[in-house]
Amino acid sequence: MGDAEIIPIGTRGRPGRGTGKQPSSAARGLAPGARSASAKPAPRSSAGSTAGSTAGSAGTAAAKRSAQRPAHDEPQATAQVPVEHPVEPPVDRPAATTRDRAPMSGIPASDWLAAIQHGAREVFGEQWEPQLASFLAFLRRRVTGDYLVDEYGFDQEVTERFLMATLRPIAEKWFRIEVRGVENIPTEGGALVVSNHSGTIPVDGLMTLVSIHDHTGRFLRPLGADLVFRLPFVSSLARKSGATLACAEDAERMLTSGELVGVWPEGFKGIGKPYSERYKLQRFGRGGFVAAALRTGVPIIPLSVVGAEEIYPLVGNVPSLARLLGLPYLPITPFFPALGPLGLVPLPSKWLLEFGEPIRTDELDVGAADDPMLVFNVTDQVRETIQQTLYTLLMQRESVFK
Amino acid sequence: MGSAGRVVLVTGVSRDLGRRFARAVAADPSVERVVGVDAVPPRGDIGDVSFVRADIRNPVIAKVIVKEDVDTVVHMSLISTPGSAGGRNTMKELNVIGTMQLLAACQKAPGLRALVVKSSTTVYGASPRDPAMFTEDMEPRRAPRAGYAKDVIEIEGYVRGFARRRPDVRVTTLRAANVIGPEVTSPLTSYFRLPVIPTVIGHDPRLQFLHEHDLLEVLRHAIAAEVAGTFNVAGDGVLMLSQAVRRLQRPAVPLPSFAVGRVGTTLRSARVADFSPEQLGLLTYGRGVDTVRMRTELGFEPTYTTAEAFADFAAPLPPTGGYADRLLSRVAQSLPEAGAPAAAVADGPEPTYARGVDRG
Repeated sequence: MGDAEIIPIGTRGRPGRGTGKQPSSAARGLAPGARSASAKPAPRSSAGSTAGSTAGSAGTAAAKRSAQRPAHDEPQATAQVPVEHPVEPPVDRPAATTRDRAPMSGIPASDWLAAIQHGAREVFGEQWEPQLASFLAFLRRRVTGDYLVDEYGFDQEVTERFLMATLRPIAEKWFRIEVRGVENIPTEGGALVVSNHSGTIPVDGLMTLVSIHDHTGRFLRPLGADLVFRLPFVSSLARKSGATLACAEDAERMLTSGELVGVWPEGFKGIGKPYSERYKLQRFGRGGFVAAALRTGVPIIPLSVVGAEEIYPLVGNVPSLARLLGLPYLPITPFFPALGPLGLVPLPSKWLLEFGEPIRTDELDVGAADDPMLVFNVTDQVRETIQQTLYTLLMQRESVFK
Repeated sequence: MGSAGRVVLVTGVSRDLGRRFARAVAADPSVERVVGVDAVPPRGDIGDVSFVRADIRNPVIAKVIVKEDVDTVVHMSLISTPGSAGGRNTMKELNVIGTMQLLAACQKAPGLRALVVKSSTTVYGASPRDPAMFTEDMEPRRAPRAGYAKDVIEIEGYVRGFARRRPDVRVTTLRAANVIGPEVTSPLTSYFRLPVIPTVIGHDPRLQFLHEHDLLEVLRHAIAAEVAGTFNVAGDGVLMLSQAVRRLQRPAVPLPSFAVGRVGTTLRSARVADFSPEQLGLLTYGRGVDTVRMRTELGFEPTYTTAEAFADFAAPLPPTGGYADRLLSRVAQSLPEAGAPAAAVADGPEPTYARGVDRG
């Protein structure tokens, strides 16, 4: 192995591609003039750089470059004739120095303070002190429990400040939600928003929540299945965001007190249907939502959501495991569970939300809710309206993602 | 009912709330005499109340009612925890058999005019299928199978039976929310008195409280008001458990449901806290009751809201946590010095906007 040819690796601090040969002129052109100051200086140039400490003259820069120009194997050789090169303007930069700090001496406290103040100004603007004070007051209110929830456990503060703030970018940037027919939502008084349900995970409910709040300023109070209130974390989040159990008592109570109530009558049948059946409405429950609206005399606002079907295309189900876990279905999508947690990222489909014309119920008789035939008719009317709107919206949509 | 004044019989006077209620009723000018009944003598001062040592589980109680010419019976000797009674069997005996005997005696008492039963909102159970607010007409979604809740359901069944058989007696059932106050000892108050509070992970139940003062008031109101029926009694509003724990300024430890149950059992056997098993349901799913009927029909208005009742309960408890709050308050205090706006400096060391920040 004694006669093995030694091929140097790296450039030994010189500009070039590490062949050990002279760098190409293009590579030399890339090398900045100031580089020589930081690089291993030749004795001559080091004298020059200490003399003109901050701004080395053009002459010194050129001299340094020539000094740096490497020979074949002798880095300090100066015999090579430099290729003439346009003189570069002086670089106004002090020589880089390194100073050893004691291992435990951290960043000085004044720097911390300045950084915090700067950060506060960045986040809260020029009026950062009162802003920060109010933010601290908010934080203290939260940690001391000094806030109000309504009888359903709805925490308006945390919904507005955190839930909506988290969902809004997803709604606007990821799904690019387009909302139509907002004028159909009454500005005050009870109303029942009835929507189709899809998307394997009820993301459509959350998006409807934030869209309605951003367009009308009202809070949609969703009605959820009992599974929502059985699951840990989901249940506390649901109550805090204003949801309550989908039962006649709660629906009527909320509608009577003038809330905007949202209901997804398809339930798990809609949300857990396979991708091949997308945009085909399932059975609308037992029409309980219509009976609640009839009893309270509030309008029913049909809502058609296009785009939610494509976020997690459900291609399979593991019924046995789902039964074991007590869930209505266990979804398999093209990316979940194959990609693990990455598969939980919804596909960025383009969403359209269209609120249809309100269906009035206050003109019907008092006993209308006890007439099953009438209830079924109104249910079918709502269902047909949503289905037709879905088809229209699908025709208008250019593609799934656009 | 005689205009000379009423004779009120109160059961369960050996316990603190019963004793205080009996004294409060005795102070009422429209009440001539108060008879306190219990199996063991009361531990405190009972004032003008004449105490009769009688176990409501045996027929002696019928003789007491007839002899004393009682016209109003207030039944409040329902025991919510097995710990204080000496075992679940004794507790069930006292609750169910005691009520049966008492009602049997009442049925035989010709002079009886009114029966007031202190029940509990535990009858509604606690489950994920519960409506947000239970009204008096609603049934529990998942019927309790054991414990205090089952006792209460059975007791209410017997009371309804009694009301059917004696339509001339005005029967008022008061379903009280969790009674809370500085002097109350109940499963829930001993839970909140723990230095570190175990909670069920991922669940944040809604709780309603009734202040002890309001409980005594509503019982007195029920004696005086000529209103029959079943009424939910609770302070206004709800508190989330997380909110309550934060107001106590005590650290909470979220544990899985079974672990909370295990902790409760351990605490009970160690006699640290009287943690009842059905409390786990309440601490997981919570419960809310509608009190419209209490206002409109019974005409009772509680003095304390749920939050005020809890604040009154929490006042004497020393905080064991609250570090985050103290840290934040320190930051808030030091804030004006950092930037030193002219106004704050002119006002002195106290920051001008600390009013909004400082809560107490």
